[in-house]
Amino acid sequence: MPNSSRFAKWRRSEAFRGLALASPPFLYALTMLAAPLAAVVLFSFWTQDYLTLDRTPTWNNYKTAWTEAIYQALMLRSLKVSALVTAATVILSFPIAYYVSFRVSPRRKTLWIFLITIPFWTSYLMRIFLWKVILGYNGVVNGSLMGLGLIEEPLTFILYNQNAVILTLSHAWAPFAILPIFVALERIDRSLLEASEDLGDGPVRRFFRVTLPLAMPGVLAAAVIVFIPTIGDYVTPRLVGGPNGLLIANMIELQFKKANNAPLGAALAISAMLIVTIISIIFLWLNRRYIRSRA
Amino acid sequence: MRRKSGALAVYAAAFLVFLYAPAILLPVFAFNDSKIIAFPLSGFTLEWFRQILGADALHDATLNSLFIAMTTAVLATALGTFAARAATRYKFPAKAGIMGLVMTPLVLPEIIVGVSLLVAILQLGMELSLFTIILGHVLICTPFSAAILGSAFQNLDNSLEEASIDLGRSRFDTFRLITLPLVLPGVLASLLVSFTISLDEFIIAFFLAGNETTLPIYIWGQLRFPQKIPTLMAVGTVLLAASLTLLATAEFLRRSSIRRTGADAAKGLM
Repeated sequence: MPNSSRFAKWRRSEAFRGLALASPPFLYALTMLAAPLAAVVLFSFWTQDYLTLDRTPTWNNYKTAWTEAIYQALMLRSLKVSALVTAATVILSFPIAYYVSFRVSPRRKTLWIFLITIPFWTSYLMRIFLWKVILGYNGVVNGSLMGLGLIEEPLTFILYNQNAVILTLSHAWAPFAILPIFVALERIDRSLLEASEDLGDGPVRRFFRVTLPLAMPGVLAAAVIVFIPTIGDYVTPRLVGGPNGLLIANMIELQFKKANNAPLGAALAISAMLIVTIISIIFLWLNRRYIRSRA
Repeated sequence: MRRKSGALAVYAAAFLVFLYAPAILLPVFAFNDSKIIAFPLSGFTLEWFRQILGADALHDATLNSLFIAMTTAVLATALGTFAARAATRYKFPAKAGIMGLVMTPLVLPEIIVGVSLLVAILQLGMELSLFTIILGHVLICTPFSAAILGSAFQNLDNSLEEASIDLGRSRFDTFRLITLPLVLPGVLASLLVSFTISLDEFIIAFFLAGNETTLPIYIWGQLRFPQKIPTLMAVGTVLLAASLTLLATAEFLRRSSIRRTGADAAKGLM
């Protein structure tokens, strides 16, 4: 019985053992993520009229999502906010990652990384709400600035608008940006920096010619890790965004819940996810080309 | 390398202030004797913590959340163990694709996870319940578990297992008697991290909850009522203290796991 013995042999092989081990998490992700995602795609081509569902395939939800002014405006605003959050988070995080990697003594690095991640175990909702307390009309920032005599009237441009959303989200995502940048910086062979110095580069030149290019994979990972998920946050804009700070995620939530138009919500969700994924891929591709051209 | 660290150190300190600003205000207002969440502070009180004791809806939500978080932790860690073991020990066809799908929830907007599970569950005619929240939470916690356990398995010395098999132990016995004890601290760390993530998760739970609430859903509902905020501050303070205790334990266990397998503690950080 050559077939069964071949099967028996395959069953003992490394490939079989690996596949068998990987299959429970894989099947779980397949049934709970891949299949539901396919269901959402299917759903986005259907029509819902209050509670009855029409399964005739139609592009109408996508037409609405891509052409009606309100959805266009929300999508563009969301992309802008996500892009600004990404830029702010990465730029603010780089120096701190650099500091921990290059200036903190090796024995203290773990402690610093721990210090950076601790605040993020505060309840997510309470943390956002506390930013409201900090930025509000009678808040901590205005109170301190007025107390110091730096301003006469409370600042109003810091809460219930896009600035507040960007600040709150940058805060929420900071550790997710710091960690990959830190890891990339840690991997840099320190002798390369000495070589650059020996060849006559000053600190600034050395940073831009050696450190930054070598840290780029971490920076790019940080950018993508922040950019993609922020598009899906509907809590932050609701709590600190004010009337003009609402984003596409709020609209998706509204369509699925109160507005009872889940197919339109599905089309909006799929569109948003596709747009951020495509932007991320282009962004990564451009950077890879740029890094290669310099190498 | 020590030159000009002054400006950077100042920046690092300022950044920590920014990071800690909300977390520090939480206990400050939880103990403040005023219904209004603003400075100046008016005095010390334990009233808001006392009110936690009398809030029945809060107790129900907490019990639901604890049940969800414990179940999620066990299931995600079990799946994470399989994934981490397969990824670190074996080569097999389509490995990158299979592992990629398992790790995808890490970079997916949570709203997509929530929405897609909601659509699938409703299409199958299932009712939303605590169980459906668990399905979503296991999905997002498994990658974290796989990452934590991956570093534990990575540091494992293969020759220990080979020796056990050469000495006649079966594969299962070897895993039970040799591998598992060595990575046990990693398993516990994964349980704790998954538990903590699930306990605080709102975006997915809000989509997948039926009539029952979880703790974050309860907090979300109460945030609309200004008179309820001080009690929420007290709840948040208790949660923060609990999370920190759990995570400090997880970190301690993770390090002792790495020490047991004989590697440098700072190395396995990511």
